[in-house]
Amino acid sequence: MTEFNRRRFLEGSAGVAATAALGTGTIWTPAAQAQTLAYKPEKGAKLRVLRWSRFVQGDIDAYMANVKKFTEKTGIEVRVDNEGWEDVRPKAAVAANTGAGPDIILSTNDDANLYPEKLLDVTDLAEYLGKKYGGWYPAAQAYLRPDGKKWIGIALGAAGSMMVYRQSHLKAAGFETFPKTNDDFLKMLKALKEKGTPGGFALGNATGDGLWTNWLIWSHGAQLVDKNNKVVIDSPETLKALEYAKEMYANFVPGTLSWLDPNNNKAFLDGQVSVTNNGISIYYASKNSADPKVKEMMADIQHASFPVGPVGVPTESHLFFNQMVMKYTKYPQAAKEFLRFMMEWEQFDPWLMAAGGYIAHPLAAYEKSAVWTVDPKNTPYRDCVKNMRPAGYAGRLGYASAGAGADFIVVNMVAEAASGAKTPKEAAERAQKRAERYYKV
Amino acid sequence: MLEKLQNNRNALGLLFMLPAAVLLLLFLTYPLGLGTWLGFTDAKIGRSGEWIGLENYAFLWGDSVTRLALFNTLFYTVIASVLKLFLGLWLALLLNRNLRLKSFFRAVILLPYIVPTALSAIAFWWIFDAQFSVISWALMKLGLIDKYIDFLGDPWNARFSVIFANVWRGVPFVAITLLAGLQTISPSYYEASAIDGATPWQQFRHVTLPLLTPIIAVVMTFSVLFTFTDFQLIYVITRGGPLNATHLMATLSFQRAISGGALGEGAAISIAMVPFLLSAILFSYFGLQRRAWQQGGSDK
Repeated sequence: MTEFNRRRFLEGSAGVAATAALGTGTIWTPAAQAQTLAYKPEKGAKLRVLRWSRFVQGDIDAYMANVKKFTEKTGIEVRVDNEGWEDVRPKAAVAANTGAGPDIILSTNDDANLYPEKLLDVTDLAEYLGKKYGGWYPAAQAYLRPDGKKWIGIALGAAGSMMVYRQSHLKAAGFETFPKTNDDFLKMLKALKEKGTPGGFALGNATGDGLWTNWLIWSHGAQLVDKNNKVVIDSPETLKALEYAKEMYANFVPGTLSWLDPNNNKAFLDGQVSVTNNGISIYYASKNSADPKVKEMMADIQHASFPVGPVGVPTESHLFFNQMVMKYTKYPQAAKEFLRFMMEWEQFDPWLMAAGGYIAHPLAAYEKSAVWTVDPKNTPYRDCVKNMRPAGYAGRLGYASAGAGADFIVVNMVAEAASGAKTPKEAAERAQKRAERYYKV
Repeated sequence: MLEKLQNNRNALGLLFMLPAAVLLLLFLTYPLGLGTWLGFTDAKIGRSGEWIGLENYAFLWGDSVTRLALFNTLFYTVIASVLKLFLGLWLALLLNRNLRLKSFFRAVILLPYIVPTALSAIAFWWIFDAQFSVISWALMKLGLIDKYIDFLGDPWNARFSVIFANVWRGVPFVAITLLAGLQTISPSYYEASAIDGATPWQQFRHVTLPLLTPIIAVVMTFSVLFTFTDFQLIYVITRGGPLNATHLMATLSFQRAISGGALGEGAAISIAMVPFLLSAILFSYFGLQRRAWQQGGSDK
């Protein structure tokens, strides 16, 4: 992976001045920005968009309202198909492979890195948006500008996986605020267990909620691969992380080895766990629940960032969303115009707002979106893209990172060690061998 | 010319077989051939592969997860198929009797088979849930256990849980097919054997079983094939977890090929299933369909 730091972030696409202006706390206004860009859509253009199904209703309502607005403005008919987010990957791949299908695909994580040569170069659009909206966060660049030059897609944001907890349970366990370090976090888990209100984190083959295991190893300084894609998971840092995981697991609610993505939501809303990692959807579900008992819980639900481990910096892992324009599209200009339109403040901000914090922005200017202040419980999700590391950190993204992620190598390793099915050393060695296959030694 | 063709039995035969042949070639032979080819390549989704010979198979042989998936698949298939055979046969024998509301029971027994698999899988997912299992809840209420059973979190519990779900779903197919077989057996055999003083067990062993064997062979061949290639139940209930303890060849193949993008490797896992499936078919045809056995005799 190319250099991944603040310097690159500033150099890469953001106007330094624009970022500085944002830093002063002024409210961002589109009128203050001089940049304009418009594509000239092809005559008779029609677009087909494939996107992941909404996680929260507000998302799709606002998205479709924006689509309607686009059609009214340009006369371009847009058909939007929805699929479960995990089903978009194979469909997108087949479309890329066969050269037929949707013009634009909204997909996840490193999908764009699987077939970069099949995607339309959108560098001009990405640079325009970056300049206008305070710059792309480093993770967006890592995913979609893999060579540091050409943009192969436009970042849409990320569904944050943050700590979701019950305020009253933490207080009862002696914690006024959510712990900021790994040591305090473990103390909190122990205290919660002693009080009979344990936490729980998914250790089954959960594609989304299993991401906490990335935080676990990264926060201890471990990683699956280094910058040169060399597998380095069998390391002293990993062993430390796995010992830590064992202690965590001892204080979990029973059954987390079987947990898939929906389990922690159900258990949390039923009052069986007091802390887990999740998108804002648990809070959203509670807020909109018709069940008075679940609705009542809303006031007690709080969110926090993952604690910072021995490495001393945030090491979060979230579900990243991209927007890819397929090279085979007959209407490249219309497609780019569509993405430009959707990413402009007038559309993107209301969409963020409607998603209720479920989606965090990839462009710095949207830090000023009211969604992050209208409800203080949304605020912890604001910096998800800013603080996240891409899946496959610290290596290059592509088939190897996608394959290793999809094969649950890290999740399985943590589950094996945490549950005692294998010793930390055995689990790390096994993960090393499995990962080496993907990264071909 | 047309008239000549119309009167040519061979030409007409070929003509009538053509639609079926086209369907088979297009939807069976071609995908199977393509899958076999992909298994020898390093094809990725979105990228055509290059020939790498047996590399995929060599890797899979040394891959601990694939070996575990093979074990899981064999265990799952053997245990579930045996249970389905015994339960299905037992049910068929019961339903073959002159019961009251016979038609009603015969219809009801088919329900698990009618319900879409994904739907029943979701029901089982709830039934075996670590926090919400109705079984655990009931046992707790009865005071028989003091904590919820970790059905899907413990590797062996999870294996038996998914086998249970598969058996529940597969028994009706076996039962109804065997019932159809039972009804083709002429009552005169039973009358004759009764006159000879045969006990019910002897009637079953020497009349029912031999005459039912051809049907058992066919039904078990299908049952084994369906079980060996099961996907939906596992994918919904466990996704192959915990610790890959319920990953079957089919689910692992999907995970590697589609989610992970390694088409070649996923295809190789699928193709690796073929010898096992062929063995099951051959066993059924050359083992269970022995003519002497069917006629009440024994092997010589």
